[in-house]
Amino acid sequence: MGRTLATGNNVAGHTLALAGEANRHARGCCAGAYPITPQTEIIEFLSGFKFNKGRIVLVESEHSAMGVCIGAALAGARTFTASSSNGLAYMTENIYAAGYYRLPTVMIAVNRTLGPPWNIWVDQGDSLMMRDAAWLQFYCDSHQDLADTILLAFRVAEDKRVMLPVIVAMDGFVTSHTQMVVDMFEQEQVDAFLPPCVIPHKLKHDHPSTFGGMTFSSETEHHRYAIQQSMEQALPVLEEARDEFENIFGRRPAGALETYETDDAETILIACNTMARTLHNVVTERRANGEKIGMIRTKLFRPFPRKELLAAIGNAKRVAVLDRNHSPGSGGIFWLEIAATLKDHADILLQDYLVGLGGGDVTPENIHAIIDDMNKRTTASEPEWKDTSI
Amino acid sequence: MSAVTPSKPYESHLLRPGNTNCAGCGMSIGLQWLDEALGDEQPVLVIPSCCGIVTAGAFPTSGYGVPTAATTFASSPAVATGISAVSAMNDIDNPVICWAGDGGTYDIGLATLSAAAERNEDIIYICYDNEIYGNTGGQRSGATPVGAVTSTTPSGKVERKKDIMAIMAAHRIPYAATLSIGHREDFLRKVRYARSVKGFRFLLMLSPCPTGWKSEPDQSTELIELAVRSGLFPLYEVFDGRRYRINQRPDSTSIKPYIEQQRRFREVWNNSDALQAFIDAQWQYLDGMATVFPAKDI
Repeated sequence: MGRTLATGNNVAGHTLALAGEANRHARGCCAGAYPITPQTEIIEFLSGFKFNKGRIVLVESEHSAMGVCIGAALAGARTFTASSSNGLAYMTENIYAAGYYRLPTVMIAVNRTLGPPWNIWVDQGDSLMMRDAAWLQFYCDSHQDLADTILLAFRVAEDKRVMLPVIVAMDGFVTSHTQMVVDMFEQEQVDAFLPPCVIPHKLKHDHPSTFGGMTFSSETEHHRYAIQQSMEQALPVLEEARDEFENIFGRRPAGALETYETDDAETILIACNTMARTLHNVVTERRANGEKIGMIRTKLFRPFPRKELLAAIGNAKRVAVLDRNHSPGSGGIFWLEIAATLKDHADILLQDYLVGLGGGDVTPENIHAIIDDMNKRTTASEPEWKDTSI
Repeated sequence: MSAVTPSKPYESHLLRPGNTNCAGCGMSIGLQWLDEALGDEQPVLVIPSCCGIVTAGAFPTSGYGVPTAATTFASSPAVATGISAVSAMNDIDNPVICWAGDGGTYDIGLATLSAAAERNEDIIYICYDNEIYGNTGGQRSGATPVGAVTSTTPSGKVERKKDIMAIMAAHRIPYAATLSIGHREDFLRKVRYARSVKGFRFLLMLSPCPTGWKSEPDQSTELIELAVRSGLFPLYEVFDGRRYRINQRPDSTSIKPYIEQQRRFREVWNNSDALQAFIDAQWQYLDGMATVFPAKDI
């Protein structure tokens, strides 16, 4: 393919297909697929792809889409799917099942506001709803980041030290339906980067076992503990995958998080997905005015990279979180994670801003206003609602 | 009932000793006859949340001697689709069999079942129909017959039982048939025929639940024989959804002894006419179909 102009959905569909095709010398690939705005083009792309050893099953619901992935992974195949918003909500039971069954499915979540009221625009509340589902979660800020992260996701998910499913999220419409220039992969490169998918606990006729039977508290606790340990293995495995990615593709994709101008920063703003790109430009402007300000893009949400985040915050004394999601009765979900990360740092002023909910544009002006607000603060308050239409 | 002669070691049997089935559960006979019909073939079992997965007992032991996947309640046909798809692309020919109760079939899993049938997936789907949500202690389902007392229909169910065979036949699947644990040869023949054809195959087995039916465990097979002979549970096959074959017609057996032996019907005992009306309507339909669309050359 080489360098091309493509939408986020096209990039995602094509990368999933290449990853699936890369398993043609092993057990093949399989996906359950069901449309929902704004991810539909992904499953349309997959349905039209000519796999040498693969099948896209066009099911009747998201719940069954993940059911097909579960069955195919139990049979040892590489599996993937895509969904959004209420589709993810409908799929939830089987999302948990795939996580607890430790099946390395990769799912693209094209972030869209959960309804009602019905709203097709971006909001991260849909995939963040799955935060406790034993899935890794990556949030991508660009088309290239998306392509690279999907390949990394398969590699990390199928690593036997991790063996957990992965959500790769992008912004609905802002990323999914816009075009950017992307370096796309050749099949041979993907073949080299992704080893054959081996699922050690797949169903075996020479060793029949019952998968997912009853357990009592002790076995269940061991099961959850083992998942936690695997989550903790994910970061070193991700670093190895980035090294190998660089060897093959000649560029190094972002890891758990990305920092910009944080070294001497007194104030740090944190955001994910495309908001982080707007934030990047605002930080550049403010730096030009001599302000000691920096930013962190949180890319990996599960496992939450606490150590890396603490190191990135460094000596900064003010941290603002931009949350494009809302947990009613609490606040922003990234803020909750970051507050837990900073529990031993009472000297840091941590403020949450709820911005761009329901797909409102988060403009440079909005972010300037947040920085101005931060500069005036002597204490943190409850999460601030920023009406981005003003 | 006829016991399975242990011609192979127990660990290679589909259902092992030590499973947790209640005495008189229709599944115990059904699973053994399924094993017998398949001979040396080893299936993959796909079982949604239901008594059928409790049968396995607690991890790390299992009452099943074949590869078995427990799925979420509404997912067995979707999970079986994934397994079947990967089997096909790897030239693995072991049958993929869903083993699901009536809750997972008639009710919560119906959309998933319908979609897998519409896609004509290469799956054998067997519903052991005990006419209640047995695993949760016996609540009404879409399969509960009119008049039956359940823990959520304390005065007897008002609505009739859903005709799942007609629903599945309407999908024009290659094969649909009913199975009786009182008719061994018929049971084995139908499972073997189902195994011999490709595509989606649906088998419905009326499965006594002494706990929920308030019946005696040692009367389970007798109850099913009565259900067949009275016409309540017709034995028949539907080929390609359009050609019907009736395997056994009702004789002059009354529905009353069937009702009398189950305390779930006691509330409506004075109204066995409701069940008889159901039987009459069912046979009017079935006779009509078998006359107009007979299965001749199979």
